[in-house]
Amino acid sequence: MKARVHVMLKNGVLDPQGAAVRHALGAMGFDGVNGVRQGKVIELDLADGASEADVTAMCEKLLANTVIESYTIEMS
Amino acid sequence: MRAAVVVFPGSNCDRDLAVAMEAAGAEVSMVWHKDSNLPDDIDIVGIPGGFSYGDYLRCGAIAAQSPICQAVAAHANRGGFVMGICNGFQVLTETGLLPGALLRNAGLKYICKTVGLKVETSNSAYTVGYNAGDVIDIPIAHHDGNYFADEATLAELRDQDRIAFSYTDNPNGSVGDIAGILSENRRVLGMMPHPERAADVGHGGTDGEALFRALVGALATA
Repeated sequence: MKARVHVMLKNGVLDPQGAAVRHALGAMGFDGVNGVRQGKVIELDLADGASEADVTAMCEKLLANTVIESYTIEMS
Repeated sequence: MRAAVVVFPGSNCDRDLAVAMEAAGAEVSMVWHKDSNLPDDIDIVGIPGGFSYGDYLRCGAIAAQSPICQAVAAHANRGGFVMGICNGFQVLTETGLLPGALLRNAGLKYICKTVGLKVETSNSAYTVGYNAGDVIDIPIAHHDGNYFADEATLAELRDQDRIAFSYTDNPNGSVGDIAGILSENRRVLGMMPHPERAADVGHGGTDGEALFRALVGALATA
């Protein structure tokens, strides 16, 4: 079982890296981009018995800082 | 006054902090991140600047889960004093001992320079050596010092006079120009600027000295 965790800055939290990427895209001539948000993807190779609830606990305690970040979990 | 300074892999201001505390009259012991207990009879714990655990995942995130940080949290929850400088501030927000978070600098660049700091309150063991409104020169050196907190948290910090220091010329995008904050009981301080780097004439500035002197004075008589 694998879990893929997507961590993004919450809406309303300034994302200067995303803004810099958008600026760079604009400078390259890609002017069809209104905004860029940059996040991270964390892949977990889970041992037998580990559940989505366990991954949620991992997100709450370590993988995301819920003061500034939101997360989604994909199990596969 | 007895102090402990925590050393993580990647800490690089640990000895500077210990020297500044010792110069002010504290007896300092260094504590390794894998230790699960603080030395007995510790008055204050210092969490130093640096790049604990390589800043992996988020600055301070891994350090916040280390064995020693559980002991630091227990110390703070018992009403003990804790000061976190730079990476130490990031660690304290990650442990939840202080509210908010430190984001990447708004200008994306690592900034290393001396900045003006306004002392917002003299009502703490850390700032009692200054007058509210004083402007002091203290160096900053960080990539992720952009303080963020939601509106409700900011209002609470302001209402409770818990903003310790603010930038006179905001270098990193911090909300409300905030450079350092206090816990609700005023015993936990987190600040991005480095007072320990302005505590000796050899540093080129001594405006941070009063913080350590006041702290040692306040805790010695406590």
